[in-house]
Amino acid sequence: MRIAKLIRKNATRHPLRTALTVLGLAIAVMAFAIIRTTVHAWYSDVEASSPNRLVTRNAVSMVFPLPLSYKEKIAKVDGVTGVSYGQWFGGIYVDPKNFFVQLAVDQTTFFDLYPEYIVPPDQLEAFLAERNAAVVGRKLADRFGWSVGDAVRLTGTIYPGDWDFIIRGIYTGAKENTQEVAWFFRFDYIDERMRIEAPPRAGQLGWYIVRIADPSQAAAISRNIDNLFENSLAETLTETEESFNLGFVAMGSSIIFGLNIISILVIGIIFLVLTNTMAMTARERVSEYAIMKTLGFRPFQISSLVFGESLFIAALGGAFGLAIALPVRKLVAVVIEYYIPVFKIEPVTFVLGALASILVGLLAAVFPTVKAIRTPIVDGLRIID
Amino acid sequence: MSLLLAYSYRNILTRKLTSLLTILGIALVVFVFCAVLMLSNGLNKTLVDTGYDDNVIVIRRASQTEVQSIIYRDVANIIKADPAIQAQEDGSPMFTNEILVLITQPKRDSGEPGNVPVRGVTKVSMKLRPDMKIVRGRMWREGTSEIIAGAKVAKTFQGCGLGETVRFGMRDWTVVGIFESHGSGFESELWSDIRQLMDAIKRPVFSSLTMRLASPRDFDAMKTRLENDPRLAVDVNREKEYYAEQSKFTTIFINVLGIVISVVLSLGAIVGAMITMYASVANRTVEIGTLRALGFSRFSILKAFLVESVLIALIGGVLGILGANFLRFLEVSTTNWDTFAELAFSFETSSQIVVYATVFAVVMGIVGGFLPAVRASRLRIITALRAK
Repeated sequence: MRIAKLIRKNATRHPLRTALTVLGLAIAVMAFAIIRTTVHAWYSDVEASSPNRLVTRNAVSMVFPLPLSYKEKIAKVDGVTGVSYGQWFGGIYVDPKNFFVQLAVDQTTFFDLYPEYIVPPDQLEAFLAERNAAVVGRKLADRFGWSVGDAVRLTGTIYPGDWDFIIRGIYTGAKENTQEVAWFFRFDYIDERMRIEAPPRAGQLGWYIVRIADPSQAAAISRNIDNLFENSLAETLTETEESFNLGFVAMGSSIIFGLNIISILVIGIIFLVLTNTMAMTARERVSEYAIMKTLGFRPFQISSLVFGESLFIAALGGAFGLAIALPVRKLVAVVIEYYIPVFKIEPVTFVLGALASILVGLLAAVFPTVKAIRTPIVDGLRIID
Repeated sequence: MSLLLAYSYRNILTRKLTSLLTILGIALVVFVFCAVLMLSNGLNKTLVDTGYDDNVIVIRRASQTEVQSIIYRDVANIIKADPAIQAQEDGSPMFTNEILVLITQPKRDSGEPGNVPVRGVTKVSMKLRPDMKIVRGRMWREGTSEIIAGAKVAKTFQGCGLGETVRFGMRDWTVVGIFESHGSGFESELWSDIRQLMDAIKRPVFSSLTMRLASPRDFDAMKTRLENDPRLAVDVNREKEYYAEQSKFTTIFINVLGIVISVVLSLGAIVGAMITMYASVANRTVEIGTLRALGFSRFSILKAFLVESVLIALIGGVLGILGANFLRFLEVSTTNWDTFAELAFSFETSSQIVVYATVFAVVMGIVGGFLPAVRASRLRIITALRAK
């Protein structure tokens, strides 16, 4: 207990230095938590995937379409309980900077296959009744100040020309990790116009969403679907919704890799700051330790003094850093809420942040401890500061 | 002044360990800062280098990228007859129609999928990009399912190396040649005979038209003429500007993310510098008193400590910049979000980045050293001299 008191007294001997060290550690630990959360946010679509859904796309790549006629064939495959489809629209709302996801969907089946998007029944009815109706996410509507009944024009990039829509519904997410930033509209709206303007493009869609009753049959059902279209012009690739979304995550794998490297470098900065502080104290206290040794303190007692102080500062900095990560997360989440639906700190991030602080606390104490123990008493006493 | 400079410099040397730790902290932050800027600069430069000054590219109006663009044959024929296009030796226009599609292929190292662009080209396509050279193997033979691969795509993706095959459009395409084009974006593409490609994927329309102007000055007139032609509905751009535009979103994203992270990290390094400088002031109280007694002004003392802090930061900055320079030997392959296609490029430095990084380091030094320097300059001579 006497050691604990000494540690506390030692740590507060230079209050400014200790406070600055704690601040430095806190900032770095906070940055560590936020960077890791950014990486995690990248995977939010993957985590929101349902094990009951498969996605069938053109085997060559997403750029190639699939014919509408596949729907009936897929529906007949054993184990399939529902089929819907979608197409990427990629339109521009006023300026390309206002990017948001726009999907043309099958109005009759889409919301049935995605129960996590909650649309009020009357709004869903209005969506079914009108060809140019759109249902938009709550956050997306907030972003542009839209409400039900608003007329919105998008300029097509893949489908040329101007497209006029009327917002007939606003959906909300059933779960916390459900995105609310997409724009859904009816596939038959574009298809009808393609029939007139570009007949070869009519009846061509981006992907099918397949609902299955038993997730454990996913692999077999995927194979059966793909076998149906083997050696046809549009061969398919069917995979679970999760691995389909992982494919998109993989596109950013270099950035994720970079962020992970930076999160390790952050720990390096904590280590440098704390080592610096501990090295200073070691130099200043050489004569003190000599006196303590003369008084009969054992080497392990002296080392526990140094380690204790280092760990004390590291723990304080780590705890403080994780504590400020919470409000910072909220701030970041507000800034990016229109782009990234979920920005939550994982429990494991707290654990890692705490572990990193402790590890740094231990490492930073090694050098000063060695110095304190190795310095002969005579040399220590000889130093006049 | 030179005396004080020597004083600062020697102090850094005296406190080797502490100075070194502080320098390393600043070096780390500058390294991250440089790395991020070099990454987005490399991406941007690769795409800027892809386009040629005298070439003009035409895509469908508002389609933004070649992959999304569709150009019908009748539109292509009208544009091919434009008088601004340079004539070849045989009198035919220096003009090509191309098709660009993406195929998903697994990467060699991770097996993860990436989108490889496949460009269907004509003979004129090569003439329009004179830098492009086949470095291994040979050109494809007309009328066969042969394909040539850019050096980078050959290295990154399965099935794209010399002698290997890629399957799409119900055919196996054999890679018979590897080409380079001065590290430009084309090296991330597969090139095939446009007739074979259109036949295989049953797509009767082009993605883009590329042509060379007889005189670069004709560009504005041609752009106005084509974009106002009601039969066409196209966007006309200089090839260089078109490709430079293709990295906008991705570079902005990398820059914003990276600079925010660097600034936050710099707070950590600044705190580190402050700790060092405060200790340096505390340990030299008597010296400061002596200097003041000798007649050095408060301002000189402030300057001396600021110079010391900036010197530490500058050494850190130089180390960080040098370290980041080694990244130039790394090749990165990532999805360009503007086009959804995989693009290989390298970290690329520039004098601008070096200047930014140096300024960044100096600012860290000033911010970290200011308060301690103020404390040093405020010491009263009597108390300072009396200190232990």
